[in-house]
Amino acid sequence: MKILVCISKTPDTTAKIAFADNNTKFVTEGVQWIINPYDEWYALVKAIELKEADPSITIHLVNVGGADAEPIIRKALALGGDEAIRINAESNDSYYVAAQIAAVAKETNYDLIFTGKETIDYNGSSIGAMISEFLDQPFISHATAFSTEGSTAIITREIDGGEETDKINFPLIVSCQKGMAEQRIPNMKGIMSARTKPLKVVEPITIESLTSVVAFELPPAKAGVKLVDADNPAELVRLLHEEAKAI
Amino acid sequence: MSILVFIDQSEGQIKKASYEAAYYGAQVASLLGTEAHAIVLGEAKEDLSILGNYGIKKVHHFSKSELNQFDAQVYSAILSDACKSLNTSVVIFSNNTIGKAVAPRLSVKLKAGLVSGAVALPELSNGFVVKKSVFSGKAFTYVSIQSNIKIISLNSNAFSIVKSTEIAEVVNFESAFPNTHINVVSTNKVTGEVPLAEADIVISGGRGLKGPENWGLVTELATLLGAATACSRPVADIHWRPHHEHVGQTGLAIAPNLYFAIGISGAIQHLAGVNRSKTIVVINKDPEAPFFKAADYGIVGDAFEVMPKIIDAVKKLKSQS
Ligand SMILES: Cc1cc2nc3c(=O)[nH]c(=O)nc-3n(C[C@H](O)[C@H](O)[C@H](O)COP(=O)(O)OP(=O)(O)OC[C@H]3O[C@@H](n4cnc5c(N)ncnc54)[C@H](O)[C@@H]3O)c2cc1C
Repeated sequence: MKILVCISKTPDTTAKIAFADNNTKFVTEGVQWIINPYDEWYALVKAIELKEADPSITIHLVNVGGADAEPIIRKALALGGDEAIRINAESNDSYYVAAQIAAVAKETNYDLIFTGKETIDYNGSSIGAMISEFLDQPFISHATAFSTEGSTAIITREIDGGEETDKINFPLIVSCQKGMAEQRIPNMKGIMSARTKPLKVVEPITIESLTSVVAFELPPAKAGVKLVDADNPAELVRLLHEEAKAI
Repeated sequence: MSILVFIDQSEGQIKKASYEAAYYGAQVASLLGTEAHAIVLGEAKEDLSILGNYGIKKVHHFSKSELNQFDAQVYSAILSDACKSLNTSVVIFSNNTIGKAVAPRLSVKLKAGLVSGAVALPELSNGFVVKKSVFSGKAFTYVSIQSNIKIISLNSNAFSIVKSTEIAEVVNFESAFPNTHINVVSTNKVTGEVPLAEADIVISGGRGLKGPENWGLVTELATLLGAATACSRPVADIHWRPHHEHVGQTGLAIAPNLYFAIGISGAIQHLAGVNRSKTIVVINKDPEAPFFKAADYGIVGDAFEVMPKIIDAVKKLKSQS
């Protein structure tokens, strides 16, 4: 079985969010870059678990990004991918990114493609579904558990207000979230071997973008907290009822 | 040209987020000088004409039992046909688990640019620009859609509804659709609880509550207020509470009217999932807890002393009203 895991580069969760050039550019100075947590903790680690159970599985990683994405690709290889493909392009348009990944995926006929449920910077939550449409394959979103039985996948996914368990034949695309796997830390052997694992760079296909980012904006600052004395919690209830009209 | 709003149902009932999408769609239609239509797939238990209350003129209903079961591949095929036959210019979804699976597929089918997580009406002064939430609620971005057909999926609780007494016309819709590849083995709905993503009020607990045996303080207040319950990440990780209650940067992002946090420090990753809430209340015994900086109201105090008094005061309030 061949698995493709989509890996995106995002700012660290504690990164300061600031914009420059008239709010048109994200300030990257001092920002640490990480593998998007959903891609790393759930999608990649789940693929690694499947391979540990069945060593005949190969895991490929794909990233759409510039050369500055290579450190996080190497980290993903250190965790356990077999080889990586970097599609040499920068874009914020989900349609463009998904089209690039689909073009690469078509060449190898993967049985399974994993993505994270969303990136923590753009919060688009659309790449997985778009890839499945480009490939005309089924898509299961928000998966919380995954196992295989021959040529069938058994997947539990979140639905609004509960969960559902589905059986579905390969090939398919799955977006992963909490529950799929537990976060891991790369070990020394992984880090050493990642240096020599193949990282192939391919040029993007020509395809138009459908959207573009015009500007950013920070939310307005909070007015400040109104503190109520701990001896008089009833006052808090009064304020929530009469002033905030929240209860 | 018209606007098409995808209405999604749970057990034949229209979801709250779909009413918001309907109303939003009607506002987009009036901006563009056209009509808002809605589409419903699968059998309905409700009278769909009430979508008129939210500004929908016509409801296209494809009432077929095979469609009661959601499959993104099947739904997007039907929606694509509907958009073509109705000459749709803008499609509106709710940005929930169903919208997130269907809207992107439709985007590819129709080559229609998608903005997911919209929080405001499109601005038309310079193209078609939609404001959306990014960086897990820490910022917004304005995204321009260049394609002819446009798709917007709306964040829940981002847009308040004004209802009217208008009634929509309901017509049958039919189209061919592919067979599903998905075989549903089981579904497990959390019944009796308010769904967290759509809740108006959320009561949330953190590690400061010391153990799952103390969660009565959270659930009792939640029951009194008709609220949903949530928790911080470590609380879900150590299995004091189920994973679906985990809010924050790596859990669910929510935007209720009231977020009530008990014994949660307010780490940046937690705030990322809740900072779009309208009113934030923090109960924490540490005056230096970072959450107070993001709060509207707070009490510096021990939750085990403060919460029973708050619960009593809410009971009193409820008995008066
Ligand atoms: C990449 C990454 C992603 C993350 N994603 C998330 C996420 O999505 N969601 C999330 O929540 N966290 C997330 N975290 C974890 C986050 O950094 C914090 O560790 C976590 O939110 C802390 O949870 P807490 O506030 O419940 O616990 P603590 O930090 O232990 O805080 C407990 C609080 O309770 C107070 N307290 C103690 N006793 C009492 C009492 N008797 N009465 C009143 N108050 C009391 C304390 O003063 C303290 O402020 C993430 C971290 C990382 C690194």
